[in-house]
Amino acid sequence: MTTLAQANLPAVMHQLTLAHYLFVSAAMFVLGLIGFVTRRNLIIMFLCTELMFQAAGIALVAFSRFHLNHTGEAFVIFVITVAAAEAAMGLALVVLLFRRRESLSAEEWAEMKG
Amino acid sequence: MIGVAPALNGVIGALAQEGPAHAATAAGPAWAALIPALPLLGVVLCTLCAVFRVKNRLPAVLTVACLAGAFGLTVWMFLTTGHGTAVTTSLDWIRFHAAPGHEFVSSWGFFIDPLTCLWMLFVTGLATLIAIYAGEYMAGDAGAGYSRFFAAFNLFVFSMACLVMADSLVLLFLGWEGVGLCSYLLIGYFYKRPAAVAAAKKAFIMNRIGDVGLMMGITSTWVVFGTVEYAPIFDMISRGVDGAGNALPEWAGWVIPSLFTIGAFGKSAQLFLYVWLPDAMEGPTPVSALIHAATMVTAGVYLIARMYPMYVLDGTHWVLTLIAWSGAITALWSATIGMAQFDIKRIMAYSTVSQLGYMFAGLGVLTTTGAAFHVFTHAFFKATLFLCCGAVMHGFAGQLDLRRVSGLWSMRGWAVVTIAMLVGCLNLAGFPFTAGFFSKDMIIAECYVTPGMAPVGWVLLLTAGLTAYYTFRVFFRVFVGPAEFEPGDEAHAHGPAGDDHGHAAGAGTPSSVDSTDHSHGFHPHAPGLAINFVLGLLAVLSLAAAATYFVGGEHGWVGEMVHHSTAGVSGAALPGGGAVHADLETGAPGFLGYNPHAVMYYVSAAVGLIGILIAAFLHGPRGVGGLLIGSRRHAATSRADALLPVLGPVARGAQHKWYVDEVYDFLIIRPIWVIAHLFHLFDKLIVDGLVGLAGWLPRGMGGAIRPTQSGHLHGYAVGMAGGVAVLLLVVLLVAW
Repeated sequence: MTTLAQANLPAVMHQLTLAHYLFVSAAMFVLGLIGFVTRRNLIIMFLCTELMFQAAGIALVAFSRFHLNHTGEAFVIFVITVAAAEAAMGLALVVLLFRRRESLSAEEWAEMKG
Repeated sequence: MIGVAPALNGVIGALAQEGPAHAATAAGPAWAALIPALPLLGVVLCTLCAVFRVKNRLPAVLTVACLAGAFGLTVWMFLTTGHGTAVTTSLDWIRFHAAPGHEFVSSWGFFIDPLTCLWMLFVTGLATLIAIYAGEYMAGDAGAGYSRFFAAFNLFVFSMACLVMADSLVLLFLGWEGVGLCSYLLIGYFYKRPAAVAAAKKAFIMNRIGDVGLMMGITSTWVVFGTVEYAPIFDMISRGVDGAGNALPEWAGWVIPSLFTIGAFGKSAQLFLYVWLPDAMEGPTPVSALIHAATMVTAGVYLIARMYPMYVLDGTHWVLTLIAWSGAITALWSATIGMAQFDIKRIMAYSTVSQLGYMFAGLGVLTTTGAAFHVFTHAFFKATLFLCCGAVMHGFAGQLDLRRVSGLWSMRGWAVVTIAMLVGCLNLAGFPFTAGFFSKDMIIAECYVTPGMAPVGWVLLLTAGLTAYYTFRVFFRVFVGPAEFEPGDEAHAHGPAGDDHGHAAGAGTPSSVDSTDHSHGFHPHAPGLAINFVLGLLAVLSLAAAATYFVGGEHGWVGEMVHHSTAGVSGAALPGGGAVHADLETGAPGFLGYNPHAVMYYVSAAVGLIGILIAAFLHGPRGVGGLLIGSRRHAATSRADALLPVLGPVARGAQHKWYVDEVYDFLIIRPIWVIAHLFHLFDKLIVDGLVGLAGWLPRGMGGAIRPTQSGHLHGYAVGMAGGVAVLLLVVLLVAW
């Protein structure tokens, strides 16, 4: 059995270093964060959180590959599973919220304040 | 006193050597406990009446039955005890370890000696009669406050019985506080009247001052003697030892009596503590008669008489001298106020204070017999006087102003009241051969016998003249003369026109002068059977009390009783073993060189008669009613009115009770009010401020931070992101 490092990969892949993956991950995370902060639509915000989620996943997989163990990848599989379930529940909540106010704006919901 | 007085009259030595016979103590009858128990039963029954909302006069009937039972038992106790002393087997009431080796024990038992019997006889006897009177007097309240009134009335008799029959000072204190409580409850009986509530509070608070003295006296007694029970205390005093068997400390001879005296002054309204008693007249009149004239206010006299062996411990007798002077000053002071009042019940109240002054003066000049005799006679005639005033008040819708009622004698249905009033007035004025004459006389005469006390005697003689004047001022104004009346302020509450029994007064009324608008439709309400019966009986008893002077020993039946009690003063107890009184043989203290005991009868009779004649001249109506020297034609005016401008500020001062209440207001109430407000301010600003600050701090901090919780999702998101960014920055900066 060959390890991941011994596998045959396209040549260009050998030029990709950890930093590239982390850069992509960071860029995705920041994009998600900016989207989350700037947009008011609950569904978009929800998608932005998913984006940040997956950015974290990429970072985990990249580190996993870099360190040559599977912990990160296994963890990501769990994260994706949980994210799927959470997406189902989150979207259901968004639908319920929409029914209450006939609007998807997050600004509609600001009652829990000091 | 009794032991030494005979020496004056030539029977030297016989009694003086014998001393009080209270040494031998027998086991008392257990049924004596029923005497206080019966009124207590009355309390329970009256309370049940209140609970079941009894609308008739049942509470009065129950009360009279209970009190009559107690009176019967008292008579039986008196007959069986005789001149002996009996202490009932007592139950342990309070017992605790006060200090290592010192156990505080207070038992519940009864100490029965002739002094106890004397007091209990008139307490229960008068209480029974006054309960009969009150049954009719309070009838207007039947179904409302009637049960409450009689419950408190019974509770009073129970407390008074505890006070008088107690075998220890602690039980006495229970009774002492109990009568104070009942006094408060009954003064404030008409609790919807602000004046009554204020008077009740005043009485209660003023009495606390005396109570502190009494409590400290009891504590000091325990410290010295190690017990609060009478029998061992008197035994130790007679042997001159304290609880540990050592010689009595010198301070005990004046500290304990001084403290007891403060207590007695509070309860008996002496010196500067008297102001509550006149105000106590806001209570129903039967209460004034029983509690604030005949019985409760004499508790102070009883306390001093009971503890008399302690008072004569100190050879200089300065506490007794103080008591004598206080009594004399109180007597004169309140008599002058009584002379200028117009409210007949108030006049009687000031007269009570004044007569109590006589009793204290008697105690102070070593005549416990005179004091006790005056208590005894005063109880009857003052109760009579108050009940007569009550009958007037009841009949004329609360009218008590002597300028607005006149000539009761000539109205139909008022004969018994007038005669009873006359008897009471004669007694109070010290008219010859009345009971009041003999008892007052005994005290005044003794002042001239006791060395250094002659000035007290002069003050009391002057007061006797003033007493006769103000007493008969009431009689000549209200009971004789032209028939006129004006109803009091309760007129609307009484029977409307057409109230049948009211027409009895028809004949000479209403007059043209005073009863104009008010009296239309108002008819005086002549007293009924119960009131007339009680007044008649009391008048007879007041006169009969004089007879007790002629039975028994040298100083009458009361003298005999006192002599055989703890209040008996033996010659040996006096400085020089009675030698003081032997001085009289040489005429040293005497009354202007005469033997006071011999001439005082004539002197005090003359003083009393002069007072009565002045009253007749100033206030008497024309004709026989005014002893042929009066000239009054109307209720409202008299010759005395002409004196007012002449006397000017003196008359005004007396009318305003010498501004004592105002002085108290200025010296005590105002400063306390100011201090209370300062404390209130301190409490408000400093104490409340600190507490408020403790609460405000977290609140303020919360208020400062709270706005960050805006509720906007994006705010939180930016905050989180920013926080993470700052943290990262810090971490990176540190790492580099």
